[in-house]
Amino acid sequence: MSEALRQPTGDDMREAEISLNGTAAVCACEGVLYLPDSGLMAVSDLHLEKGAAFARRGLLLPPYDTAATLARLQLAIARYRPKTILSLGDSFHDRKGSAHMPAPYRDALTAMQQGRDWIWIEGNHDPEAPVGVAGAYYSEFHTETLVFRHEPSRNPTPGEVAGHYHPVARVVRRGKGVRRACFATDGNRLLMPAFGSTTGGLLLDHPAIRPLFDTARLAAHLIGDERIYSIPYSRLQA
Amino acid sequence: MSDAPSSLPAPFDPLPEPFAGWFAARGWRPRPHQLGLLDASHKRQSTLLIAPTGAGKTLAGFLPALTELAARGRPKPGEARRGLHTLYISPLKALAVDIERNLGRPVEEMGLPIRIETRTGDTPQHKRQRQRTDPPDILLTTPEQVSLLIANGEAERFFRSLRFVIFDELHSLVPSKRGHLLSLALSRLRRLAPDLVTIGLSATVADPEELQRWLVAQPADGEALAGRIDVDGGAKPIITLLETEQRVPWQGHTTRYAVPAIYEEIKRHGTTLLFVNTRSQAELLFQELWRINDETLPIALHHGSLDAGQRRKVEAAMARNALRAVVATSTLDLGIDWGDIDLVIHVGAPKGASRLAQRIGRANHRMDEPSRAILVPSNRFEVLECEAAIEASDEGAQDTPPGGEGALDVLSQHVLGVACGAPFDAGQLYAEVRTALPYSTLDRRTFDRIVEFVATGGYALQSYERYARIRQRPDGLWRVANPQVAQQYRLNIGTIIESPMLNVRMTSRKNGSVGRGGPVLGQVEEDFLEQLTQGDTFVFAGKVLRFEGIRESECLVSKAWTEDPKVPAYAGGKFPLSTYLAERVRRMLADPDSWKALPGQVSEWLELQKAASMLPRRDELLIETFPEGQRHYMVAYPFEGRLAHQTLGMLLTRRLERARARPLGFVATEYSLAIWSLEDIGAMISSGRLDLVDLFDEDMLGDDLDAWLDDSWMLKRTFRNCAVIAGLIERRHPGKEKSGRQVTVSADLIYDVLRSHEPDHVLLQATRQDAATGLLDIRRLGDMLKRIKGHLVHRPLTRVSPLAIPVMLEIGREPVPGEAQDVILAEAADELLATARMGLDGHST
Repeated sequence: MSEALRQPTGDDMREAEISLNGTAAVCACEGVLYLPDSGLMAVSDLHLEKGAAFARRGLLLPPYDTAATLARLQLAIARYRPKTILSLGDSFHDRKGSAHMPAPYRDALTAMQQGRDWIWIEGNHDPEAPVGVAGAYYSEFHTETLVFRHEPSRNPTPGEVAGHYHPVARVVRRGKGVRRACFATDGNRLLMPAFGSTTGGLLLDHPAIRPLFDTARLAAHLIGDERIYSIPYSRLQA
Repeated sequence: MSDAPSSLPAPFDPLPEPFAGWFAARGWRPRPHQLGLLDASHKRQSTLLIAPTGAGKTLAGFLPALTELAARGRPKPGEARRGLHTLYISPLKALAVDIERNLGRPVEEMGLPIRIETRTGDTPQHKRQRQRTDPPDILLTTPEQVSLLIANGEAERFFRSLRFVIFDELHSLVPSKRGHLLSLALSRLRRLAPDLVTIGLSATVADPEELQRWLVAQPADGEALAGRIDVDGGAKPIITLLETEQRVPWQGHTTRYAVPAIYEEIKRHGTTLLFVNTRSQAELLFQELWRINDETLPIALHHGSLDAGQRRKVEAAMARNALRAVVATSTLDLGIDWGDIDLVIHVGAPKGASRLAQRIGRANHRMDEPSRAILVPSNRFEVLECEAAIEASDEGAQDTPPGGEGALDVLSQHVLGVACGAPFDAGQLYAEVRTALPYSTLDRRTFDRIVEFVATGGYALQSYERYARIRQRPDGLWRVANPQVAQQYRLNIGTIIESPMLNVRMTSRKNGSVGRGGPVLGQVEEDFLEQLTQGDTFVFAGKVLRFEGIRESECLVSKAWTEDPKVPAYAGGKFPLSTYLAERVRRMLADPDSWKALPGQVSEWLELQKAASMLPRRDELLIETFPEGQRHYMVAYPFEGRLAHQTLGMLLTRRLERARARPLGFVATEYSLAIWSLEDIGAMISSGRLDLVDLFDEDMLGDDLDAWLDDSWMLKRTFRNCAVIAGLIERRHPGKEKSGRQVTVSADLIYDVLRSHEPDHVLLQATRQDAATGLLDIRRLGDMLKRIKGHLVHRPLTRVSPLAIPVMLEIGREPVPGEAQDVILAEAADELLATARMGLDGHST
């Protein structure tokens, strides 16, 4: 008999409390992972300046994605007031992103960095340290129980927190499906949802994602409009 | 010319040699419309030729070009290379290939020095290249290829000598974005070759003058018309309703009940063409026919998502007259010649009078003999619709849709294409664009916003100056910023956005695991697969298949050991009931004398309705309310098609919500709309707590519509198409998406961003314009609300009325109405809580 999944808590069910390799963590409706014990807040796949990256290739997407992403990041910061912020790779959509970022965005980012540590993790979109913004740049980051890296490793790694795949879960009821970005975790490792404003996603049963987990214990914490919905992998499709 | 009929009007240029001799040798006489078209083109007049199939329309269209080319003779030694003389544009590439064959024969037999070539998406690169430098005399091609040629740097030289442009099946092109793009291409061609004459070939349409205007440049004030030649319709088709002893179902679209009777008709005729409205209906009918095909008659299936090889086989067998029946969707709709068909069976609702006429025209290409057709309604309301279509056909009535206002996303594509061809002056291009009929009322401001959009995205926040695709140079002309832009344009050309398709590959299943890959059966829409889970069974390529999953970009299936597929394929069809037929159906309902023409079971049904409730008059909207189970129902009968009803359902539920009627859901069919609620709507109306007039007031198309639209998935889908056509996001190219979704941009999210930052962006404007006529059918809903003003009739009933039965049966078959809401997620999460509470699961930690 499977362990019943703890349903979201808090006054408004905006967060799901989980245990990851023995460490308490919170999957928040804002799309961030918060570790109450250390005060670290992780976000993944910000894809800042994605619009500009596409524009450089001739596709003139709306230039508002960076502003929207930063605004949402600001809200999450206001809610958790983290000591440390860790951006788990693909923070900028391309290599030119940070250097060409318009000044107002740079200023907003700098303001958010005041009074806290900021860690950039290397991603496939940003294999070099960002230019003109503060923060340390690592290929991966270890705590006592957790390891943060952009791409999940193929081998089982207890306590691994990764991004890269933009996980999405699909719930099917009465013949109708709903897709939402989600945190995916089996208690051992965790995949973060993409935080960026105009990013698509990959379903949990995609061959790149499913083998990463013990599907019997895998749960999706879906990001709804106002709350988190926690649903075991086995129950996504009724 | 002794061959020419003497009744022709003078002045008249007789058919020249060698044409006259060639006609005579075959015992043919040129038909008056063929000579008429020849005459008009001698006078350099553009002309619309309206003729039914089998009237020699195509040859007529080419005669002016052929005679002129024949008179020109072979090029003299040392003469400069002659350019393209005639452009023939068809909506189907198969048609272009067909014409090449049919035209090649007379040209060869007469020994004419004329080179004819095709150019389609299938034409090899080296041939296309050669065609650009050494064009044939006559080029047979598709609308997209014309736009591509215009976007080429050589366009000016290529088209300079163009004399004729022939548009085949013009009626099918005009009322679409494809037609809008083609009209813009034509406006460009007129500028590159001011001398050109257009010839439009069309089936009978409701408004021929619109096509006449479409063919010629529209002046800044007033309007200009091409000439017109009408060919008489020949013998009227004989259309009947299928006779069957079986009960006609209340609802649904499967038409299973009629399959034995259909099979009998196939046995009685030589070759039968069976038309259905959707691919899934085709699949189902094909399967059902084979289930009872005791005589193993050769019955084949043909639809657009089948593997091309399989389709070619069916077509070849058809041409050899080796088949007794073909089940087909609209892939066979247009004028390709298919052997000797002596019966057309139309399964399911005809949806429009002209649509039906064109499909029936497929049978029997000899004009003087009547075509024979049988209509098979799939439910009782469709019986009324079929009967209305038969009456309309008797009267020769037409209900083709109007061409509509030019779409702005299409204009964006054209502006970029023009820039790829040559630098342009904005003022001149604006004037040129306005000569195209769909854009004849375009205002300068909107045009300039489109140019801005093409250049830098047209955002208020001007951060993309350095990434501009086109730039205005000091000489005032707009030029492409770099060659990459032109390359991107070529990859994204066109207005047909298909939902992404996945290959369906057969696999073997052993001991529960999926084995190796087998043959590809065809392609299926990704949207359809989204609703499937492993183990679901569905019908495809005439087989019941078990869905095994999606691997890379393929859908894996295995053979299912069942005859009853679990997932009923969506069978509504994408064409709504035409306004014209809807009007006739309402008239029929209101007039009991006309029921005699209907099958007994249907007229009895209407009699019962008359006794239990009432039948609305032509101009009335009947609204019934009654309780059923634990709920209260309100059913309305607007007959405006499913799309308009769906929109109406959304808006009414919002209003009922505000009136505290506590609506729970609604379901829409082609004919009616049912809403259910916790409160007794009937009592609310009777007691005056709810004002029906207010409820159905036109003002729902104001704020309510805007509020709802913003969140509607239908609007998002419309936006996605506009964004692709306008070049904001890239077209998805099948087979090149292996890297997965994370690299593509989500159009939905772009839509949200744009909506919150720039609600007046020109692309949102284009989306709304589309929604009015497309998926939401708002214009039609508006017309309906106007019509029923002051003509609402409320009947409070104690139980379901006979007329309400079909829509009541739809309830529960439909998925949750409305958007993909958090409701579903909450439900899934709540299930878990419920199980936990019942102690069936472990304890919460």
